[in-house]
Amino acid sequence: MNEPVDVLIIGAGASGAAVAWSLADTRMRILCLEQGDWTRPSDVPSTGRDWEARTLEDFAISPNRRGLAADYPVNDDDSPIKIANYNGVGGGTVFYAAHFPRLHPSDFRVRSLDGVADDWPISYETLEPFYALNDRMMGVSSLAGDPAYPPKPSIMPPIPLGRTGEKLGAALNGLGWHWWPSDAAIATEAYEGRAPCINLGQCGSGCAQGAKGSTDVTYWPEALRARVELRTRCRVSRIETNQAGMATGVHYFDAHGTERFQPAEIVILASNGIGTPRLLLNSASDRFPDGLANSSGLVGKNLMLHPYAQIRGHFDEPLDGYRGPPICTWSMEFYETDRTRDFVRGYCFQFSRGLGPARAAINGMADGLIPWGQGHHEAFRRLFNHSAGMVSVCEDLPEETNCVTLDPGLRDSDGIPAAKIRYRLSENSRRMLDHSVARGIDILKAAGARDITSKAPLSYAGWHLMGTARMGRDPERSVVNEWGRSHDVKNLFIVDGSVFVTSGGVNPTSTIQAFALYVADQIKSRIYDLFE
Amino acid sequence: MTTAEPGPVDFSDLERETLRCVLRHMIPASAELGVPGADDPLIFADILRSIQRDRWRVGDALRVIDALCGGGLAGLADSDQEKCLSEFRALHPGLSGILESAAARCYYRDDRVMASIGMEARPPFPLGYQVDQGDWSLLDPVRARGRIYRDAS
Repeated sequence: MNEPVDVLIIGAGASGAAVAWSLADTRMRILCLEQGDWTRPSDVPSTGRDWEARTLEDFAISPNRRGLAADYPVNDDDSPIKIANYNGVGGGTVFYAAHFPRLHPSDFRVRSLDGVADDWPISYETLEPFYALNDRMMGVSSLAGDPAYPPKPSIMPPIPLGRTGEKLGAALNGLGWHWWPSDAAIATEAYEGRAPCINLGQCGSGCAQGAKGSTDVTYWPEALRARVELRTRCRVSRIETNQAGMATGVHYFDAHGTERFQPAEIVILASNGIGTPRLLLNSASDRFPDGLANSSGLVGKNLMLHPYAQIRGHFDEPLDGYRGPPICTWSMEFYETDRTRDFVRGYCFQFSRGLGPARAAINGMADGLIPWGQGHHEAFRRLFNHSAGMVSVCEDLPEETNCVTLDPGLRDSDGIPAAKIRYRLSENSRRMLDHSVARGIDILKAAGARDITSKAPLSYAGWHLMGTARMGRDPERSVVNEWGRSHDVKNLFIVDGSVFVTSGGVNPTSTIQAFALYVADQIKSRIYDLFE
Repeated sequence: MTTAEPGPVDFSDLERETLRCVLRHMIPASAELGVPGADDPLIFADILRSIQRDRWRVGDALRVIDALCGGGLAGLADSDQEKCLSEFRALHPGLSGILESAAARCYYRDDRVMASIGMEARPPFPLGYQVDQGDWSLLDPVRARGRIYRDAS
């Protein structure tokens, strides 16, 4: 048996890194177990001539396609939206585009304001100082004064508008609609030992420059200096409990495939909205026959994925193409509920630059814009470096029928049951997607685009994994309380996207990390009566 | 060129012949532009080396194509090949997409092709690229409109 630790964190991604760093100043013995490994900057695709191909191969966003040793399979056959993740130090932040919006104040009060779902037990004001701290730790570039948000400071200048931002911005001005340069966890100048962005354009498959704020280059170096221990290639299979119903530690498979037990006083789950319910459900025992922390029956339920629509167009003049951060600007014009529409809640637009040549060809052929045969070359040249577009990130309301369970047959390489997803688009989501496609086409037409294509829902877009261990004050209607502690197991905490009550209509990483910092703060301030 | 292990791909002779024929029809050489086709020996070898994750679905696609044309695609006249592939693409867009992706991933990293589309034959890192800042005054109307978020209290 391993030596006991005070705090055991499962997962070294966005939230695990933040909570580890924040708790380090307690001088407790803190250990993080991560099933993947470090990603060396010299290994990421943008360092090689095969940079585009590898984003569809060993750096593919689907764990099922990557199929690397660190990956566990996910059965997402019963979902129109397929799961995306990355398993390694930094987790999803290694692969994300670093689009870094916060939730809006109204997102925490959806029941009170719009009569749907439930209010969060915390508010924007609760998280505001932790958003700000997290922005500093991750190194966020932004332009102060966005009228879609309460005031927030700018740490570094925003990422460039480029020709794409200008073109779409002018069109949005013509329509009288909101837009603003995106908050981005991308250093636009030298920041805390990180080099500034040089527009590699490959944020979505790891940043060779180290400009992108993934937690392997932000929180982890500081946490390790503060003596947090990070053990990689260690896959946790289940959480153990004692007769008092307290967690005693975890069973895991080490790098050699040997099963070990790691005792701990406090266990913190930071394994994302799929991995966390998978682990809780796989920790069923005589004391917890329906899975750990599951007296509410809500572990794995209310899965929210953010349905995306993608709308792209092509222009006569060349734009930024594959150069620069793929993200660019955002619009919150359709974010808040408008009773004149046929759906509640809303979405943001995330505008994006062009594609590399291989992607341009693959998409062009799939969309019927590039033919096979002699016409291929001319059609390709009309599209390549001439495209721009957007995705809409639609708020996904919680539904218990959208869920994560354990697959009865599929297992990972250590024999642990895989997660199985069941997910349906709601009528509200379909209407929201339709609305966003229509408005997206309006924007592109106003900008002078031709050859406009749309996809809704975007199938390979299950990046945002939320809601499967929701927080709340009522133990019958939630899995953890308002500061992340399990209602059932008093020394078990959850800090990842599982705790989201609703999804909002923006990328969740900023909020996941702010919540993790908030939970760490609560643990520190309640340390003497933490388990009462 | 991919860093994935080459591993045994073991396409049969018939599969290679059919695949190469498909590639020639998909992205043909252009003397005018000075670019090879996707069936160029170097590009074809790169595709075979890089196709492991799609090996079995590519095999499925090639079997479907050969079945549609009643034997081997390569043995048909050019116009019949074109007709058969057109039918294949209409009936099996998913499998067609697998072949398109496998071809494009390798074709659009070939030095000759890169030069013809105005790209330097280099990876993005370490030189990176230049992107214009853009005209920040475009945001003035957005500022002038004022706050749009809802109060939550």
